[in-house]
Amino acid sequence: MALLQISEPGMSTAPHQHRLAAGIDLGTTNSLVASVRNGVSVVLNDEDGRALLPSVARYTAAHEPVVGYAAQCTQSTDPHNTVVSVKRFMGRGLADITDAGSFPYHFVDAPGMVQFKTAAGVKSPVEISADILRVLRNRAERSLGGELSGVVITVPAYFDDAQRQATKDAARLAGLNVLRLLNEPTAAAIAYGLDNAAEGIYAVYDLGGGTFDISILRLSQGVFEVLATNGDSALGGDDFDQRVFCWILEKSRLAALNAKDTRLLLTKAREAKEALSEHREVGITAVLSTGETVDLMLTAATFNEITQSLVNKTLAPTRKALRDAGLSVDEIKGVVMVGGSTRMPRIQAAVAEFFKQTPLTNLDPDKVVALGAAIQANVLAGNRTEDDWLLLDVIPLSLGIETMGGLVEKIVPRNTTIPAARGQEFTTYKDGQTAMSIHVLQGERELVSDCRSLAKFELRGIPPMVAGAARIRVTFQVDADGLLSVSAQELKSGVQASVTVKPAYGLVDEDITRMLRDSYTHAKDDMQTRALQEARVDAQRLLDATQTALDENAAQLLTADERDAIEAAMSKLQARLDVSDHRAIKDAAEALNAATHDFAARRMDMSVRQALAGQRLDAI
Amino acid sequence: MQFDFSRNHFELFGLAPGFALDLAALEQAYRALQSQVHPDKFTHLSQAEQRASMQWSTRVNEAYQALKSPLNRALYLLQLQGIDALAEHDTAMPGDFLMQQIEWREGIQDAREAADVTALQTLEAELASTAQQLRAGLARQLDEQHDYASAAQSVRKLKFMDKLVAEIHDTYEALET
Repeated sequence: MALLQISEPGMSTAPHQHRLAAGIDLGTTNSLVASVRNGVSVVLNDEDGRALLPSVARYTAAHEPVVGYAAQCTQSTDPHNTVVSVKRFMGRGLADITDAGSFPYHFVDAPGMVQFKTAAGVKSPVEISADILRVLRNRAERSLGGELSGVVITVPAYFDDAQRQATKDAARLAGLNVLRLLNEPTAAAIAYGLDNAAEGIYAVYDLGGGTFDISILRLSQGVFEVLATNGDSALGGDDFDQRVFCWILEKSRLAALNAKDTRLLLTKAREAKEALSEHREVGITAVLSTGETVDLMLTAATFNEITQSLVNKTLAPTRKALRDAGLSVDEIKGVVMVGGSTRMPRIQAAVAEFFKQTPLTNLDPDKVVALGAAIQANVLAGNRTEDDWLLLDVIPLSLGIETMGGLVEKIVPRNTTIPAARGQEFTTYKDGQTAMSIHVLQGERELVSDCRSLAKFELRGIPPMVAGAARIRVTFQVDADGLLSVSAQELKSGVQASVTVKPAYGLVDEDITRMLRDSYTHAKDDMQTRALQEARVDAQRLLDATQTALDENAAQLLTADERDAIEAAMSKLQARLDVSDHRAIKDAAEALNAATHDFAARRMDMSVRQALAGQRLDAI
Repeated sequence: MQFDFSRNHFELFGLAPGFALDLAALEQAYRALQSQVHPDKFTHLSQAEQRASMQWSTRVNEAYQALKSPLNRALYLLQLQGIDALAEHDTAMPGDFLMQQIEWREGIQDAREAADVTALQTLEAELASTAQQLRAGLARQLDEQHDYASAAQSVRKLKFMDKLVAEIHDTYEALET
């Protein structure tokens, strides 16, 4: 007898077209885009066959922004207008940048996030990142021959809420549909794990151009479970360059340099660092704009000495991650090395010594993150794959709120598996208090002043009661991207307030709209056309998904009336697909979403029952 | 019927309630459920399905966290009996335990001042063995004797031990930097 076929929940049984999806590694130094083709994840090259796109953008008065190698060439000659390592400034205020003086930029102190004054006007890190993303998007669409339905963008695991939100805003600005923000070490683990059928506990040591992450994962039967993560979102290859740069200044007795010479010597420092991965010593020579000359010999021993404290700075988070995971070094089966900076022999030796084993360097540390992101993007876009796997990630930093005395009460501890929700009750401090200010913070320290402020909002209209009588429940919801939303409710009166954590460091919607408008006037694109096209694609996707759901489960889960209501909403949306008002399409899509709310919940409930039933059968 | 959040955590995973728990079965049920409800399985579907997925996935994570650690599991079992073991009005601890606490705390302080990592490790091992005894006690109190008052006392002691272990970890960190 033929066996009955049961499809994956939500996966269409009808053969559908392959949706174009890509994984993007938006790196500090270099960025890449990859995609799954014929079942294999591959990095997409530019027209000259190059995989890497230097994360450098140059802004001039007359032209469109120049991104990549061409911009990299001008970083010494036009340092003010050529922004490198912009990732370091994502979600950061000027006050966060302790070494602002060592950068050749004209910083502008803007509320929320620092900005750059360039010949093309003031640019925020979000806009600059969007310019880099646009180049990658064009590359992918040309290479894949169609519009991308969605992307996965990787972020350092140790990125906080503000940095994640900024990354998502940049993608929106570049016209990308973000399926998921994925942690870089986790992306690497997917690429490595699937490729090598790895099982066991692995550490991913990821030292990039500007960020360091350590993640401990358990790989078992197709499940990638992050046990703990730690890191430093301002530590990377750039800091090694900086050390060499300072050494050059000291040895050559150079005083304060102008921006061009600073960039020149930083470039020389980077080249020397890279050469030391192959050689025992390297010469550094340069002629400055002042006529002064640099002529030095840097040995590996000296390099190791001046960068020792940076190496140690990666080991402290590594110890913390192991401790949080409740593991000892002997329990780690393998250490996956990710990020260009792990090419440094000193780093490989330090990691080998710490973990008492030779780290795994059989994959390209520059590409593995993008390759993993592409695999995830392919699955999230809804394309069928042979491997069935599941990813369980965590939040890197604890989330909490301010309580009396400037202290932070943690509500969601670090390394909690996401999505997660936690609630906690608080009460009033004074008799008759009718409002309560809620200050949301992220970080591990006890004092408010030592944590990052994410948002402040107020719960008003609490009925006057004696101090301590009101019961205010604050609920944190962290989604699968690691982004937070907070709501508060007074339980006796039902007064509610909620906020998606954005205003403090993210962009508000008006900013996004303005920037979109600006960028489209540049690109001579038509915003209306674009919005209409997007609304149609989204609506068609929704119609397809709803039809699939009806075909699968309508008979079991819906009454005739309920089915009629959903089908009526579908017809209404279908009828509006041809109108030219994107708002009308969106409204009809909204209505269909609302009409399917109960149906979706029932389908989910049924999946849960089936999973458990299967579970019990397996156990017999 | 909408979200059946009334099901308790044990029922959600199809496990018999009790402090003694087959952790492998819990893990397997957890993974099987997340494979069905995780948001990654719904990114290409409607908002309604995505919302339902996030709520369910969150719920499954919460249940798993509550059952995985012995301390949380004991707290949850007591909660099912209507007992909040950590309620503030109920924190009286026996004198001998408090004395022991103070000794441990001083031990950590001394080790910190002397930068003595070995002493910290010895303390940590001692705490681990005491915690193990408390957990063995909990299994009897909860599963066999149904002595919830004693179980609540053990839970409070375990919570104290947890804080001490966290202090030891903080001390390691302080000594490393």
